Amino acid sequence: MAYAAGVDVGSTQTKAVIVDEAGAIVGRALIPTGANVVAAAENAFAIALGGRSLAEAEVGFVIGTGYGRYRVEFGDAQVTEIVCHARGAARMFPRTETVLDMGGQDTKAIRIRPGGDVIDFCMNDKCAAGTGRFLESAAAALELDLEDLGPLALKGRRPVAISTTCTVFAESEVLSWLARDRKIEDILLGVHRSIASRSVALLRRVGVEGEVTFTGGVTRNPAMVAVLNELLETEMNVSEESHYMGALGAALFALERMRKGREPGKTAA
Amino acid sequence: MTTITDSDLVGRGAREGGRLFREWFDGLSRAAAEDRGAAYVFVMGSLAELLRTFDLPIVFPEITSLQTAVRKVADEYLSLAEDHGFSPDVCGYVKADYALQVRGGQHPMGRIPKPAIAVLTNACNTYMKWGEIWERLHGTPVFTLDVPGSRAMPEPGGPNPGDFERDRRYVQDQIEELIAFLERLTGRRFDIDRLRETLRLTNDMGRSWRRALELNRATPAVFDAMLEGTIYLGVANALRGTAEGARYFTDLVAELEHKAANGLSPLVDREERHRLIFVGVPCYPIFRRFYQLFAEWGGVFVSSTYTWFASGGLNDPYEYDIERPLESLAEGVLRGVTRAGDAMLFHDRPLLESIDEFRADGVVYHPIKSCRTVSTGLADSRRVVLDQRDVLCLYIESDMMDKRVVSEAQLKNRIDAFFEGLDSRRIRREAAGA
Repeated sequence: MAYAAGVDVGSTQTKAVIVDEAGAIVGRALIPTGANVVAAAENAFAIALGGRSLAEAEVGFVIGTGYGRYRVEFGDAQVTEIVCHARGAARMFPRTETVLDMGGQDTKAIRIRPGGDVIDFCMNDKCAAGTGRFLESAAAALELDLEDLGPLALKGRRPVAISTTCTVFAESEVLSWLARDRKIEDILLGVHRSIASRSVALLRRVGVEGEVTFTGGVTRNPAMVAVLNELLETEMNVSEESHYMGALGAALFALERMRKGREPGKTAA
Repeated sequence: MTTITDSDLVGRGAREGGRLFREWFDGLSRAAAEDRGAAYVFVMGSLAELLRTFDLPIVFPEITSLQTAVRKVADEYLSLAEDHGFSPDVCGYVKADYALQVRGGQHPMGRIPKPAIAVLTNACNTYMKWGEIWERLHGTPVFTLDVPGSRAMPEPGGPNPGDFERDRRYVQDQIEELIAFLERLTGRRFDIDRLRETLRLTNDMGRSWRRALELNRATPAVFDAMLEGTIYLGVANALRGTAEGARYFTDLVAELEHKAANGLSPLVDREERHRLIFVGVPCYPIFRRFYQLFAEWGGVFVSSTYTWFASGGLNDPYEYDIERPLESLAEGVLRGVTRAGDAMLFHDRPLLESIDEFRADGVVYHPIKSCRTVSTGLADSRRVVLDQRDVLCLYIESDMMDKRVVSEAQLKNRIDAFFEGLDSRRIRREAAGA
């Protein structure tokens, strides 16, 4: 049995996925990226191998993706995370036509064909206000753990209006609502709605068609999923693997390249 | 007998363009040293043909400003302007020029003379506020030509409909006022035969310009419309109405015809894989690198809307009638300014036609922070193109002057994803055709 791997070095977290010849996930890892990007990629890959006690030599092809993709020094090729999220989403939810990826600093709206080919995409430019970073700022201002934000926000009933277009200023805006004695859950619901509305605007630029699949780290936040579903008037596809979708897409590309390498007259590169 | 070799011919347009550009700046430096004032004009409706008959050095502030970005010193100029109170949101061209004036015309390419007169049109709303800056700094007389947005444009050579003829007459009256003013300013009599000659030279240049653009329909393309196209554009503006300019474009057509006949691509070390159309203004702070981000994937810009709206109307097949020079100059300005506005704001139809004629498989939109005029509506245009043609579109934002809003990592990520999509489509199409 031969395996292929994808390593997604994101701005906040690094993910690694190993797939078997059928494309099924057999190993995964998720660690903070930190300052040493090369080490993060190596460590994530090692952890993903360790789950199944695989040796590095058993992995025939590795593709790096994410902003740190060129620092996956043991990788064989690089593919952007935009294309990888599309491929991963199409694999996991074959009827996907629209992908929303919300990560630490980027939010991507992607339109795809069946199979995962990208038709169009849009990303946030020059500003992280519609991304996971906005949630981190809010968590810092409220002295809460990131994981607690979603469940608390779901208890909100009267969301405040977060008007800021800047992640840095969001913190002071959150504090100003606290000073006005608004409930934390209402403030948090307002924060989620603010981020979601920016993401929906991005999605409208590429057009929302067919099934929508939500990917990236923020998929673990149940309030964000609920608010987006409400604004989009649809039930987005979300799974436990959504956080790993970029790495999964990279692993699937790696698998394709590995197969090509076995065909006579073709090289893996 | 001298034989022109392949190596002499190929790349001559870029080399000679660079040389002519340096000579133009040298001439401006000499004028500055002799304390001769210049005519400041803009690429849309420059009236260069008329101003040359009064032997005025001509400065295009848009070009001198963008050259500070190409020469990697724009930040010094922008910072100085912002220190003096200009907002970061104000047009980068205006701020760089303001700083240039404050620094006594010092420019990385030489020294720019002060404005003796500014001639502008209402083609861009910033032009008029820009002119006011020169008025305040130097007491420069500013002549603003009011060019109506004529919607009844006739085919070149066809009869002028009534509305258009009235618009043309209105522009001509203003040009006649300008001539009287120029006579007083320079102490020279207007020579209509010299105007006939400069108009004839622009006609020659225009024919070659359009032929050069048309030659890029060849496969592979013969020049990159964003890289070499911008060099050609600079010469077309700076040397409009001159013998050197007309000759340059005659030679350029010879070069490009040679390349088309021999299948010579502008990409030196790789094949042309994707034919692209560029919409907007280039990213001058990283001009060469910006080009490479596309070229390294085998992407060639076969056409560019920049070569439409910034060519002073040369892409319009209208030719001046040198038997009726003033009437014809007025018509040319009216047509050129209207066409330039259309190329910025209503380019959907010509863009769709270009996708077909140039067999493009991708369109790159590059809105810029400091010019809303040229960036407005690009998102809508992209939607129209995606609806009506089976191409991929890329939408990337940066600036033409300000490197503080140019994030190369973000640009590269989007450009790489765009090409991955194009490659994937190409592979699928080849597989379907196999």
